[in-house]
Amino acid sequence: MSGSSYIQILDLAAGAVLVCAILTLWRSDLRAIISILSIQGVALGVVAGVLAAHIHDGALAITAAIVFIVKGSVIPMLIRQVVRRDPGSREASPLINVPASLVGAAVLVVIAYLASGKITALFPNPASRLVPIGIATVLVGFLLLVTRRKTVSQIVGLLMIDNGVALVAFLLTAGVPLVVELGASLDVLLVVAVLRVLATAMRAQSGALDLDQMQELHD
Amino acid sequence: MLIYIILGLPIAAAIVAGFAPWKQWVGWMTTLANGGVLAFGIGLCVKTVNHQALGAFDGGLRADALSSFMVVVIGAVSLLATSQTVRYLSTEIDRGSSSARHASLYVVLVQIFVACMLLAVLSANLGVMWVAIEATTIATTFLVGHRRTAGALEASWKYVIICSVGIALALLGTVLVYFAALHVVGPRSDLHGAGALDWTSLMAISHHLDTGVMRLAVALLVLGYGTKVGLVPMHSWLPDAHSQAPAPVSALMSGVLLTVAFYALLRFKAIADGALGVGYTRSLLVVVGLGSLFVAASLLLTQKDYKRMLAYHSIEHMGLIALGAAAGSSLAIAAVLLHILGHGIVKAVLFLSAGEIYLVEGSSAIDQVPALLSRRPMLGGIFGFGLVALLGLPPFSLFVSELNMLRAEIAVGLTWVAAISLVLMSIIFVSVMAHARALLLGDSPAPDNHRPTARTFTVPLIAGLVASAFFGILAWPLAPLLHAAAYVIVP
Repeated sequence: MSGSSYIQILDLAAGAVLVCAILTLWRSDLRAIISILSIQGVALGVVAGVLAAHIHDGALAITAAIVFIVKGSVIPMLIRQVVRRDPGSREASPLINVPASLVGAAVLVVIAYLASGKITALFPNPASRLVPIGIATVLVGFLLLVTRRKTVSQIVGLLMIDNGVALVAFLLTAGVPLVVELGASLDVLLVVAVLRVLATAMRAQSGALDLDQMQELHD
Repeated sequence: MLIYIILGLPIAAAIVAGFAPWKQWVGWMTTLANGGVLAFGIGLCVKTVNHQALGAFDGGLRADALSSFMVVVIGAVSLLATSQTVRYLSTEIDRGSSSARHASLYVVLVQIFVACMLLAVLSANLGVMWVAIEATTIATTFLVGHRRTAGALEASWKYVIICSVGIALALLGTVLVYFAALHVVGPRSDLHGAGALDWTSLMAISHHLDTGVMRLAVALLVLGYGTKVGLVPMHSWLPDAHSQAPAPVSALMSGVLLTVAFYALLRFKAIADGALGVGYTRSLLVVVGLGSLFVAASLLLTQKDYKRMLAYHSIEHMGLIALGAAAGSSLAIAAVLLHILGHGIVKAVLFLSAGEIYLVEGSSAIDQVPALLSRRPMLGGIFGFGLVALLGLPPFSLFVSELNMLRAEIAVGLTWVAAISLVLMSIIFVSVMAHARALLLGDSPAPDNHRPTARTFTVPLIAGLVASAFFGILAWPLAPLLHAAAYVIVP
């Protein structure tokens, strides 16, 4: 792969990860949010794949394939089943409304660039230049997690944080060692499975995918 | 070989429990397996106490004095907690609130949980350690929600979400440490791959790690693993999860899970101190430690639920060991480790007896359970002695460890920290004493004619209290081990 097309594809795919994160703040249809998550997983797989092709790293190529399958299709499919039992559900009343969330996301992107200056300066290359995008994805995922009230939105927020961390790992160190990556992917998959069971059980009790009913425990 | 046996025992027990239908012997078998972990863990300590390390699995597993000590803590607390498995599950099945299938699931998950904690402390690779600690969250979620009430589900949800976010931040911190290490050794050296996350090789190059990256990494690690430890500001899952989980699970979580996460912080602290000097990590730990003490003190004042009281007490003790680790001297680390052991045993005893009180009284509100000591002398006595031990009164080992942590803090110039923590500890002491008085003392409203507390309950718990008192009076079997373990962190 020639140098400039490598950089272009890398820029495009990493940018897509962040754009997907911000789009989830904008959409309120839960099914659309899950589709965006799926696109983000694919973009993350492309980042890993392009890096693997560029540095001829077999382990990273395996990682890319895992990310592609797990984050691009398996996890979104698992979450989609939660929504399917509750059609037409929307993120109706976030704690912060959509325009304010988008402004917040813009601020978070700026913070991410400021915070990661030291890291990019240490090893300047086309990949580590994009690290702020990963940090920004983590922060936007955090925003989604704390301002949304639906169980599905919270799961998506958690996965956005995870995808952001994975993006940083790919860009900085060409991924964590394969054994760690395998364990981490398995853990994420299991966390989603666990949350799916909990979301279903909570709906069976309260009749909604809403977390506002959670008022039982406090001091 | 020892390492394989220690990791294999709980896994083998989980497999047997998974295939055999629930019977009482299945529960006792897991108790036996965890007893084996304790016994072989002591064997591991004997081998590593003279500053040697055992390796296994092609260098992927490693046991030094610190790991061996943590294996003993995990073994002791899980032995204590699983000694009540049969009692807990039989009662739940008798009352119809649990089926045999749920009982099997419970036993399997507890053993997987124990195995994950053992893997976390025996792993040579900081990435694998992260995977194991994340896996403990997954294994414990259904245990927290085992009673399937609205409150239990709410607690599990908060637990998974908050801990997963925290552990994701810890992964980001680990990635940054890995990045800093690769920058030192070069991307094409032999260390590339799993070797660069091996904590012995990280210790060797810690002086060359980039300070800017390490600062960010350490902050993320303290925040991330701090979530799992139950340190401020990410502590809010802890009181909910610990008060909703079944008593043996609360005992395991509060007794060891928190401190296994703290073990991860200790490992990273040793690397960070090499790169940044002691000052940076110390100031972070002082902030989260004092913050935790403050939160615990303010919420214990008006606490109305004795299970939540114990949970906030865990936050206090995690704050105390964070402050001890902040001092960071050899004495301080040895005291921190002794505190980890003492707190683990005593907190397990307390959560188990709180579970028993809840079972026989049917309420977890302090004012619904008056005059326990006169109505149920045995149960009330164990709970009372447990509280005395937990509050750091002699002869129990928490007195010795708290005293030595304070001494170490003053010795390194953190006198003001020691002073503030003493004030907060006194507030906690007074408020817990007031709660204990309401719970234990007073006139019995009605003469009691319940059956006496069962021997299978009292014997293990009293043994736990006696062990804690023993280590408080005699440092003999532990002192060389504690020093060898502290030497790993402070060479």
